[in-house]
Amino acid sequence: MSEVSNNVPAALELKPLSPLQEFWKYFSSNKGAVVGLVYIVAIIFIAVFADFIAPYSPVEQFRDALLQPPSWTGGYLLGTDAVGRDILSRLIHGARLSLFVGMLVVTLSLGMGILLGLVAGYYRGRVETVIMRLVDIMLAMPSLLLAIAIVAIMGPSIVNASISIAVVSIPHYVRLTRASTMSEMSKDYVVASRIAGAGPIRIMFNAVLPNCLAPLIVQATLGFSNAILDMAALGFLGLGAQAPTPEWGTMLADARQYVQSAWWVVTFPGVTILLTVLAFNLMGDGLRDALDPKLKQ
Amino acid sequence: MFQFILKRLGTVIPTFIGITLLTFTLIHMIPGDPIEIMAGERGISPERHAILSAELGLDQPIWKQYFSYVGGILQGDLGNSLVTKKPVVEEFFELFPATVELAFLAALFAICVGLPAGIIAAVKRGSLFDHSVMGVSLTGYSMPIFWWALLLMLVFSVNLGWTPVSGRIDVSLWIEHVTGFMLIDSLLSDEVGAFGSALHHLILPAIVLGTIPLAVIARMTRSSMLEVLGEDYIRTARAKGLAPWRVIVIHALRNALIPVITVIGLQVGILLSGAILTETIFAWPGIGKWLIESIGRRDYPVVQGGILIIATLIILVNLLVDIIYGVVNPRIRHAK
Repeated sequence: MSEVSNNVPAALELKPLSPLQEFWKYFSSNKGAVVGLVYIVAIIFIAVFADFIAPYSPVEQFRDALLQPPSWTGGYLLGTDAVGRDILSRLIHGARLSLFVGMLVVTLSLGMGILLGLVAGYYRGRVETVIMRLVDIMLAMPSLLLAIAIVAIMGPSIVNASISIAVVSIPHYVRLTRASTMSEMSKDYVVASRIAGAGPIRIMFNAVLPNCLAPLIVQATLGFSNAILDMAALGFLGLGAQAPTPEWGTMLADARQYVQSAWWVVTFPGVTILLTVLAFNLMGDGLRDALDPKLKQ
Repeated sequence: MFQFILKRLGTVIPTFIGITLLTFTLIHMIPGDPIEIMAGERGISPERHAILSAELGLDQPIWKQYFSYVGGILQGDLGNSLVTKKPVVEEFFELFPATVELAFLAALFAICVGLPAGIIAAVKRGSLFDHSVMGVSLTGYSMPIFWWALLLMLVFSVNLGWTPVSGRIDVSLWIEHVTGFMLIDSLLSDEVGAFGSALHHLILPAIVLGTIPLAVIARMTRSSMLEVLGEDYIRTARAKGLAPWRVIVIHALRNALIPVITVIGLQVGILLSGAILTETIFAWPGIGKWLIESIGRRDYPVVQGGILIIATLIILVNLLVDIIYGVVNPRIRHAK
């Protein structure tokens, strides 16, 4: 046998790619997605090592350097705000906050969404009707409005804002999980594991869930960018992080009155939000291309 | 057809009931006693507390309170604002035209730019134009619109002086309130240049509010067109020797538009929540600004009523889109 395989020309000796290799092949063919990934890795690095990277403390006020314009030599690379805080340092520490919020929101909403979606798709019938009707109701509300209402009632804070954003993002995950669960449930391997005596929990989480993950991963990436954007919007409206927390949206809210006199106070936090959200969206697009079997040739 | 509409209406009722439950629960989740909140910092005597409690029905069991709440809604009574004492419904419909005007112009902007951009990008797939449209629309989609508003304001209002910074019309003009739509009212008035001023005030807010829908519409149109352009009947049309524009406009576009119409319908929610941010920044006297101010003033009946009306409007728009959709596309009407 081994002699035979040795005679095969090298070009024909194609080894199948491992799942990870195959994923990377599709993912890396989308240049935007790779750029997004690099940016996200950089932001994570900055967030983790914020204390070492930031030149100053995010809350320290330099009273002799109010509204300093950005400069290479002045000591404040991106300038200072109205109370003399270094904008670069605030942005760096804000990255930590935004990623934390994104993670919290995605974990909460993904967890709840998967649970409800699996239950709806597995049991069907009345349980499904109730869950899906709830989802419809939540989808009828503009998500930002519902989040605002929840925060208004629970009181403005970054944790309450995260919870409210998580609650309003649950419906998307429920719908995705339910749809994939329903299509998986009719497949032979599920029937086989049922015959083998697996209980509902085992079938749901061990058999069905791993096969529903692809669209959920894509949605979770987009959920990250939504969470960052919504948190910034809530912060901007004064319903998210409270001063002096260096949250990007809150920074913009503080900067509003300086639109005319100090462009840098307004520009940099906005650019940071835009780039971060863009990076997650780019990566989401790439993940969709790499994970969606319909798009693969 | 009639059956389809009835069936669709049937799903709206439970959703509406759910929304009343939601707004009712939200308001009951507020920590603290509602009467003490109403009384503010002055405090209130126990006797007065009991009288007010009975007056507002707060001494009733919770399910009775809910039914009287729904009963009120069905009669168009959403309570009164704690601050102005005016009925919430009245205040809402006073401010609503301003928001509709803004949202309508934003949608118009998004459709007029997004649709052609998406079509051309699909037809010239892989070209520089295609890549630019995709890049710009992904950026627009990721845009924090409150920052976008500040940026446009900085450039066009502050530096170039082309557009006013805020408001609906120049303060020197007096426009009589007829329809509530400033563009129409200004045309009806005798003031010279009123229409121009109103339009001038609308441009920046409409562009800001239309940015995300524009991005969504452009992306959707492009992908839907690409799908249709790959169909056999398009090849047939080309093979027949039809003019390229005819193939694109008559054969491809009509079929590609179906998903685009749904997406445009879905933008209503985005427009209304975007209006909250846009109106706050441009001091636009619509329902978005009103809601945010009411939250700040802890004017709970306004928050509750405002959310209920907006959610109801969105359900109705979705219903309308679905029905139109069913009329246009028989496959959906007859689907189980």
